[in-house]
Parts: sequence; C-alpha cells; structure tokens
Amino acid sequence: MKSLSEIETTVKRATKASGYSWGVAEETAKCVRLLEAFGLPGIKDINKYFSERKENSFQNLNLILEKNQPSAKSYCPIILGVSFLDQSKSLEFLKKIELNNVAYPSIFLAFVSRASEIIGKKIHINLDKKEIILNLNLNIYSNIANNEFPSVANHLEISFLENIDNFSEEEWKNLYKLSEDTFVEETESLKQDGAGAGLTDND
Amino acid sequence: MKIELRDPNTIMKLSRLGSFHQSKLSFLRSFLNEFKDWEYKQDLFNLDENGYGEAVYSFKKDKRVYSLVCFANHIKDEERSDRVIATKWDAAFTLHDGVPGKKDIERLKNEVPKQEVGRLSYKELTLSRANKSVRLFNHVTENLSQGLQPDLNLLSKVGYLYRTTAVYGSGKFGLADRFRIKNREEINGPFRLEMMLVYLVRQFTFDQVNHVAFNKNPKKAIKLDEQICKNLGIGNSTGLGMAPFIVNHPTLLNNWILSREIALKKIREIQNVNKKDSELFVDCVKKSLTNITSWNTDSEYQKKKINNLLKDVQKFLKFIENDFDFTREYPFNSIYELLEKQTCEECIEYVVSIMMEPYSEITEPLVKEMSSDEEKYFNIPAHRTVEDLRNIIEKKYPNILKINFEKKENNQNFWFISKNKEEPRLADRFEEHGSELEQPLAIARDIKKLYEILLVSKNSQTVSDFLIKNSNLRHVIRRVFIVEKFPYSEIQDNTIGKNIMPIDMLRLKLSFFGALKFDPRSDKWLRICMFQGAPLPHELKNYDEQWVYKNNI
Repeated sequence: MKSLSEIETTVKRATKASGYSWGVAEETAKCVRLLEAFGLPGIKDINKYFSERKENSFQNLNLILEKNQPSAKSYCPIILGVSFLDQSKSLEFLKKIELNNVAYPSIFLAFVSRASEIIGKKIHINLDKKEIILNLNLNIYSNIANNEFPSVANHLEISFLENIDNFSEEEWKNLYKLSEDTFVEETESLKQDGAGAGLTDND
Repeated sequence: MKIELRDPNTIMKLSRLGSFHQSKLSFLRSFLNEFKDWEYKQDLFNLDENGYGEAVYSFKKDKRVYSLVCFANHIKDEERSDRVIATKWDAAFTLHDGVPGKKDIERLKNEVPKQEVGRLSYKELTLSRANKSVRLFNHVTENLSQGLQPDLNLLSKVGYLYRTTAVYGSGKFGLADRFRIKNREEINGPFRLEMMLVYLVRQFTFDQVNHVAFNKNPKKAIKLDEQICKNLGIGNSTGLGMAPFIVNHPTLLNNWILSREIALKKIREIQNVNKKDSELFVDCVKKSLTNITSWNTDSEYQKKKINNLLKDVQKFLKFIENDFDFTREYPFNSIYELLEKQTCEECIEYVVSIMMEPYSEITEPLVKEMSSDEEKYFNIPAHRTVEDLRNIIEKKYPNILKINFEKKENNQNFWFISKNKEEPRLADRFEEHGSELEQPLAIARDIKKLYEILLVSKNSQTVSDFLIKNSNLRHVIRRVFIVEKFPYSEIQDNTIGKNIMPIDMLRLKLSFFGALKFDPRSDKWLRICMFQGAPLPHELKNYDEQWVYKNNI
C-alpha cells in the first residue's frame, strides 16, 4: 500500500513534470492525496488526465463566472480547481455556478472540497444529474455508483449551502425535552447553596 | 524586564543556524525524558556466532508497544559504503508498531535489508540501516574475547561501534503516515520515533559486540564495561538529503526555532538566579569543554570553528568564574549581552544551549510545541491584496531584498533531485546540465522576483487576480503568508549563492536532533554522534539529565 505521503510527493513531481508551476503542483498533490484518503479515484484519474494531456489540449479557466462554457476543448480540472479555490470567497455570493465540459471532474471536486472548508459552507454539486455533497473537507458524499467518475462532466451545477439546521424545530424541541430528564429540580435550599455565587452581586 | 525575541533576520542567517548546538529541547533528550518510565525489553536475540541474524527490542507502557526489529547481515568490505548509492549494509532496522509476529518478522526480513527498494507497511514507523566502524568493532570484539576492555584512546577517536547512513519515517517506502499516529501523547514531539530507533540500535550494537566476543572465546570473553558503553553513541553519516527538509517544512522549522528563542527570552528575563541554578550552569559549561577538546575532524572549516569556540568558551568561563556576580539582577541577560559583544556565533549559540540546563520548567512545556499541523497553514488567503503581500515581504525579508540576483555569484547553484537515487543534490548552474529541472528551493531569489513584480502591480488587486498571471510564483506567495504568522519559518539567506555551505542547513537540523561533534567530510556531508554519554535502557528510570556534558571518552 502506498502511503499518503508517497502519493503527495509523487503527484507533486508528476504535476510539475506535466508543465504546471511548483505552486500549482503543490495544490494538486494535496488534492489527490485528499481523494485517495477519501477512497476516491485520485491517482487513477490524474494519471489518465496527464496521459490525455499529452495528446489533447484543454482550456484553462482563470476567472470563474456564473455560467462558464469552454470554446471547444474541455476545461483543465487543475487550473479550474485552483481558480475555484482562489476565488472561493467571492464565488460563494453567487447563487449557482454552472460549468460545462469539465475534464476529470473528480480532480476538480477535491479543490471544491478544500474551498468548502475555507468558506465554512457545505457545497452541493449536480454532476450530469448525479448528486455530490462536499462537507467542509471532512468527507465527500455522492450517489455515483462505485465512485466511477466520468472522464468528462458535461454539465456541473455548484451551489453553496447555507449553514442551516437539517432538522425541524419540532425535532430539536423533542430531543431537548428528553435531555432535560438529566437535570435536577431545585429545592429552595439547593437554590441558596448549590451555586457558587452569592445571592446579591452588588459588592 | 521584558526581553524581545531575537530578530529572525539575524538568527535565520545560515551561518548562525549552522552554529546551533544540542540543548534540552533536542529531540533525543526529550525522547529519553518521555520514555524514561517505559518498560524496556530484549524480546529476541537470534544471532549466529558471527553476529548475524535477527533481534527485537521493545519499549512498552500499558497497552502500547514499540518494537525495534534488527537484521544483521554479512557484507564484504568492498560493499560497505556510507553513501546513499550503497545497496548493502551491516545491519538494517525498522521500528514496528506493536509486537511483531513470526509472519511480520519473515516479511520484514525480506524487505528491511533492501531499504529504499523494499516495501514496508503501515505497521512500521521508521526504517534505517547502519554500517560498522570496522576498525573499532574488530578491536572491541578482539579485546573482549581476550578478557580485556578496549583501548579508550581508540574509542574516543570514533565514539561509536556503528553509524547509521539514513533514518526514514513519515510514510516513506510504505511506512505509516504521520496522521495515523499523530494523536499519541508519547510522540508529541518531532522525530521521536526516529530517536527511539537510533537509541535501541545503540543497545543492539553493544549486545552484538558482546555476543561475537563471547562466541570467539567463551572461556575468556568478558562483557563491554557499562561505563564504556555509556560513553559510546551511534554515529550518523548525513548528506544533502536532509537540507531541503527545513525549506519544505516552514511551520515546523518555525516551531523548533521559536521554542529555542522563547526559552532564551524567558531565561534572560529571570531577575534573580538561585545558587543551585547558576552552579549547574557553570558546571555544564566547564564539563562541556571535554566535548570540544575531543571533537575530532579533518575539516579545516570545522577545525577553525572549533578553535574559535574553544578559545571563546575558555575566555567566557574564566570571566564567569572570576569576574561575574550571579547575585546581580538578570544575570543571564548580562551574560547574553556579553556573548553577543565578545564571542563568535558558534560560542553564542553554544552557551545559549547550556543556559537551558537548569530550567526544565521552561523547556519541558516548549517541547510539546515543537511539532506542527502543517496542513492548517497551506491554503493561500487569496482574497487579500497585493499591498498586503508587498508589506509582508518588506517587513519580513529586508535582507533578502538587498541581494542582487543578476550577479552570477548570487545565482551560482541549483538544487535538483538525482534520478538514480531520488535524493536532493546541489550543482553549479553554469557548469552542469539540469538547471531547467531546478527544485523550488531558491526561496530568496523567488521572493525577490515576486517583490519586483508586486512593485509594478496595483495595490488593490487581490492575490487571487495576481495569481492568474503569476502562477509561477505561487509557491513563494504561500510562504509569504506563512512567514507573516511564523517569524522563524524562513531561512533569511541565499540558498543558491556561490558561497553557500549546505552543511549549515544539515547542522541546524542535526542540532535539534541532539547531535554532538559535527565532523564535516566536505561542504555537503558530515558525520555526527548521537546518544554519546546517554543512559543505557536499564538506567532510564533514574538518570542524570546533564549526561551530555559528562562524557568521559
């Protein structure tokens, strides 16, 4: 079994060797490490992407807008990912971001996962009608069977989830009421002596 | 009195970092302190009459066990090399997490002796190999087998029976990643398991030499005297492999240096020093002279440094014994100020280390701060502005901004990774090929480049926008935001200049390990000794904390 440290070092070097800057290589290495730690196809997909990159060119998207459509080629997941990471604090104000034709979206997902931690919000992605939740970089949930991510995402919709409870007020109240059963009803004497402070605090 | 922390622009210069010495903060000393109440055991000792075979040693406490698995092999003299190109060694070791079963030992027997080309598992924590000091090993076995103790003069010239040529950890070659074990309290300090490996290897060398001597002449053989064992350490040969580490781990480097600086600051702030503490300090300085006078090297560079150190320490000792009054207020501050004015960098840092000796209450809490959660500081705050970035650079890198990288001598060298050994190397940019594959270790040059572009960029531009056109500088932009929070995270010097002494980088790291007697074999590699004078495993429960200064050979 390869250690995550070996994975990170090798991906960093391979990314640099594929023509990216050292700084971008460092980011990519962290992302592939993350995918592997989550049991997602990091090494597999970055390998395929670098092989494909030798034959085909990809488009770099540096400035992400609400709707993004590449001219003809697919978006490079690394440059797209780095841009998303760098712009995440401004992108979170957009209601929804749409991206078409993204190569190896699994790689891009890792960058979005890190962005989720930076902005402190969960992120929802609809990838060609499959659902993915990026949970503050703690884990990635998806309903993609066997984690077989496509080599190209035709359409990606990204939305930032507000930090709200995912249960009803009623459910909370019920649970809270149950928790009160661990409290002791205070008698007059307990009210007098149970707490550390005096009865008046005007001194 | 409030003392400021020392200026990183002085302390983080390579010549100063290359003058650091071991101290109470050093990892091998904090390892001994942490594991002193663990149960030590030799679990297996299956060597043949020539000392070849397997052995297992362990440290145990409650349900936690760490086991050193040793494999000693026969190699021909011509196969023995300390260089990284070697493929065979006298002995190979791994530290196993738990008690190794028979299957584990069989698996490890196949992999550990192969070192870099073998594969370890998440159950192994560190990996190492070592070569005999053949001259010394043979002399010791010969004498012991004749019922005689070895010649102390010869021992003092070498100081160890074996020297390691690499110690690996943290996920290398399949070893366990740091994250798997980082929450264990007993290893809450850098390189603790590497230190454990080296310490147990030292014991193996004594057991092996006794075993071989006994088998040579069972009737006459005696054991190596315990006092002699104590005064032997483990050697280490270290090359450039270690140098990039301190550049690649800026927050960790900061935490090491910051701990040392906080300790010094707190000691200088002590208003009244009690007699016991001042006497301990003076005693350590006095006894440490043996370490300097028995420091052997053929390196002219190091000889000159040792001579200056000896001269300055003797002068300093004379002064504190005859003319200095420890009952004055803030005595250690006065001492420090005097050192800065009158002694060389090597002596300043030497005495700073010894100042810590009486003050475990200052150093022990700092030991716990010497690790780093590096991931936390990895992300670039890209929403910040070009103006922020430029201000940080001006404040944190003033000396680096003065370097003219247009001059050939300031841009003379480049760092690269060798294809055959995957190890870092340094070469002349104008003489050798390969500079197009330069590693990102020319931080000073790249910071200066970044600064020059920032000077002509719009102040209000966000870093995110700036990065779109300047992706090639992303690695140093990350560092600028790190140094903003971690003042000692950056070497404030040129790592590619003509006059760079790479051994300064090695020495910095080795001093934090706790190494003694740096012996440069060139400007790119050196030999050191670890654990010389340290208590033996069975003495750990009650040992003299100042053992470093009480070495007798």
